[in-house]
Amino acid sequence: MIAVIDYDSGNLKSVETALAYLGADYFISSDPEKLIAADKLIFPGVGEAAQAMGVLKSKGLDKALSDFAATGKALFGICLGCQILFEHSQESDTPCLGLLPGMVKQFSSEMGLKIPHMGWNTLKHTAHPLFKGIPQGKSFYYVHSYYVEASHKEDVIGSSDYGIEFTGAVARGNVMATQFHPEKSGEWGLKLLKNFMELEV
Amino acid sequence: MLQKRIVVCLDVRDGKTTKGIKFKGNIDIGDPVEMAAEYYRQGVDELVFYDITASSEKRSIMIDVVRRVAQTIFIPFCVGGGISSVEDMRAVLLAGAEKISINSAAVRNPGLIDGGARQFGNQCIVLGMDALADPSMPSGYRVVINGGRKATGLDVLAWAKEAESRGAGEIVLNSIDADGTREGYELTATRLISENVGIPVVASGGAGTPEHLASVLTEGKADAALIASMVHFGDYTVAGIKEYLHGRNIPVRL
Repeated sequence: MIAVIDYDSGNLKSVETALAYLGADYFISSDPEKLIAADKLIFPGVGEAAQAMGVLKSKGLDKALSDFAATGKALFGICLGCQILFEHSQESDTPCLGLLPGMVKQFSSEMGLKIPHMGWNTLKHTAHPLFKGIPQGKSFYYVHSYYVEASHKEDVIGSSDYGIEFTGAVARGNVMATQFHPEKSGEWGLKLLKNFMELEV
Repeated sequence: MLQKRIVVCLDVRDGKTTKGIKFKGNIDIGDPVEMAAEYYRQGVDELVFYDITASSEKRSIMIDVVRRVAQTIFIPFCVGGGISSVEDMRAVLLAGAEKISINSAAVRNPGLIDGGARQFGNQCIVLGMDALADPSMPSGYRVVINGGRKATGLDVLAWAKEAESRGAGEIVLNSIDADGTREGYELTATRLISENVGIPVVASGGAGTPEHLASVLTEGKADAALIASMVHFGDYTVAGIKEYLHGRNIPVRL
């Protein structure tokens, strides 16, 4: 059974719709006990880091996420959910969960790039099981102004280019995340979610 | 590499996709959910639904359309038309849309941009603006509202910058001069806005051939191109347009 964390994130509905379409066995909850009992956990996210951390803390969900990660069961963060798994975000100078080593940085507008980075971008990826059956160079949908910088390069399992090469997907053991939105990335995004559903950790 | 987006626009009235035909008024051309599914199969990058339902009592029909679209396609889509409060925005987002487009309502109440951005994030708030060439304005273009029927005192460039500073995450620039002509996008205005704001700009109005899209995505510096009639009546397919753009070395998702 997959649990999806409910903390008023904007893309909760989209993630739920995609899981339902894929026939996943899932539930949505903000109850730490129920979440920890799940086999897998999805941590969606759209919004601002400090505000999201505030909501997580007020509901005891920061601890639930850490406890879940410690069990060794598969945890998957999406977009802001991906960023919050890291140690610290430049967005409002926010201390985050620290389940993945590294920092969250802002794209520089000095390169003449539009911010947010919004749209479809091609992805180079490793042979991580999340990408099983997904060819190289397929496009995924991104909407973000900040990007993650993993301390350990080997944690990066997918990258895209926007002025700089940045991390599109990351994994360290049972903790995985994508900066892009698989639930909004068409056929290949759905494939990635299906791979997560079928993953054996 | 970030790709240029092809956005298909569907006008929805009383739950049906409709299209204005000169001298004939609006005719129904299909079911919005079925059409969304077909464009999704063809590889469209994003969809926009404009609710042109006249009566506010029928708003719930549009919410139902949004909900069914969200269960059918797994790409981002935007909803506009008749949204004049943060509560209207919330209803559309909760039904499954990624973005909300506001146009005349933002001119009447610019605080709506700030309010929406604060509640839902900048990426959710799309400012639609209708531009009419007017040499008396500093940028050469005047903002018009109510579907082009009413002039405002706003300059197109100044309004675009103000919307950005208030928290809009994207601008859809619709040229009233080009709209419905199928003779090509307004390249000058599109380029002017795109070069002077730091948020993505979607060009709208005037698309008739794939060549028009190529022009606005290169010369016009648009981040995305909006189309409607070109594909609604079967003259072109989204896939065919993308193949053409790819052949012109414009980065698109294939």
